[in-house]
Amino acid sequence: MKSLLNSQQIGLTIKRLANQILENHTPLSNTAIIGIQPRGIALSDRVVKEIAAETGTAVPFYGKLDITFYRDDLRSAIHLPSNVDMPFSIEGKKVVLIDDVLYTGRTIRAALDALMDFGRPAKVELLVLIDRRYSRQLPIQPNYTGKSIDSIISQKVKVLWQQKDGTDEVVLLDEI
Amino acid sequence: MTLSCRHLLGIKDLTANDIAVILQTAQQFKEVLQRPIKKVPSLRDVTIVNLFFENSTRTRISFELAEKRLSADTINFTASGSSVSKGETLLDTVNNILSMKVDMVVMRHSASGAPHFLAKHIPAAIINAGDGINEHPTQALLDAFSISEKLGKLEGTKVAIIGDILHSRVAQSNIHLLKKMGAEIIICGPPTLIPKYIQEAFDVRVEYNLRKALEWCDVANVLRIQLERQNQVLFSSLREYNLAYGISKKLLNSLSKPITIMHPGPINRGVELDSDVADSDQSIILQQVENGVAVRMAVLYLLANRQS
Repeated sequence: MKSLLNSQQIGLTIKRLANQILENHTPLSNTAIIGIQPRGIALSDRVVKEIAAETGTAVPFYGKLDITFYRDDLRSAIHLPSNVDMPFSIEGKKVVLIDDVLYTGRTIRAALDALMDFGRPAKVELLVLIDRRYSRQLPIQPNYTGKSIDSIISQKVKVLWQQKDGTDEVVLLDEI
Repeated sequence: MTLSCRHLLGIKDLTANDIAVILQTAQQFKEVLQRPIKKVPSLRDVTIVNLFFENSTRTRISFELAEKRLSADTINFTASGSSVSKGETLLDTVNNILSMKVDMVVMRHSASGAPHFLAKHIPAAIINAGDGINEHPTQALLDAFSISEKLGKLEGTKVAIIGDILHSRVAQSNIHLLKKMGAEIIICGPPTLIPKYIQEAFDVRVEYNLRKALEWCDVANVLRIQLERQNQVLFSSLREYNLAYGISKKLLNSLSKPITIMHPGPINRGVELDSDVADSDQSIILQQVENGVAVRMAVLYLLANRQS
């Protein structure tokens, strides 16, 4: 097990990512920030909090998207859905999708399909905390990256969060 | 995290965890049904046949809509107008349909146990949409979903099941489900319409006095008088049944607290329920129908994924 980011580094990274969103999206009146259930939510909650602290006002459009029904591996395993919370239309908005780890790209492919069922966004961007480059199975790249890492398929990246796991940390596990 | 069975033949075969998983998944599908685009691509590569050997409005439309909302391909079969009238057996009919590469079968049949028989002989996943006087599992699931949506929980909820228990597959599925989920049950109806050993068989209370049952319960699930299944006189007239066991607005208003009224449909207005009760704001009959689509989507979704 190797630590990729510690609690302090995660804090700084999230602050930087929040500022990068603000750089491209000020004012936020036409931007929707959407976390991907279940593992992207802890990150999107932190990013949204950071943006609110920076601007002094709450993020106007913050949603949570579940992609279970849009997966391409439904035949091979059962996945149970999480809550969807999209209390606004994304028609014509700029959307920033947020997930913790970008790996094969299949989750984001499903998220794009799911997103289009809620309207036609003007633009979709992707923010991830960890980008496992060289592992992509689809042509998908992030716009905002916390940290890019090189890893092999047998390894696993785990993102731990204070609320759920007791500490903020990103670790690389060697699966046996 | 997954279902313990390959088919949905009856609530009897499900565990409490299975029921919880189905109801939770249905909750997410209910959200899907409130979107502008009420459709997800989950079952894009699944073909489902709806075999209805017995009449149905709600269940058939509800299953078909659920299948379409999941992007499955569907075929509808009704016994009238088919080769069943030429003497083809059930197994032959189904095997012929399956040879055209169908993945799942939704079946309603007037013979109790028909889907269980099929499950032993064919490889496809089977969903029972009502078999004779045995079970109607998706109805019980949507009833449970509607109760927990209205009252916030199932456990500890007091449910009175009222009417023609003897001929009711809805009653049997409901009793199995409510018991597994920790609800309290009273069975109420005229003695001729309540099976003799039900108290021992299901460990439920039986109450012959309608007012006492209604006073006790939070929810009254009122069943239809099934005249088509009665080949002997079990009560003297529909009018007399209405006087003793029909729920009127006057009776409802005289209770010490407001209760929720449910009915699996189709309603015999003026027999088991008076019109002003069926249409009152205490009735959640149309919400039950609405929830039926989400619950059936959950069942189809979870069972389609069990096939590979």
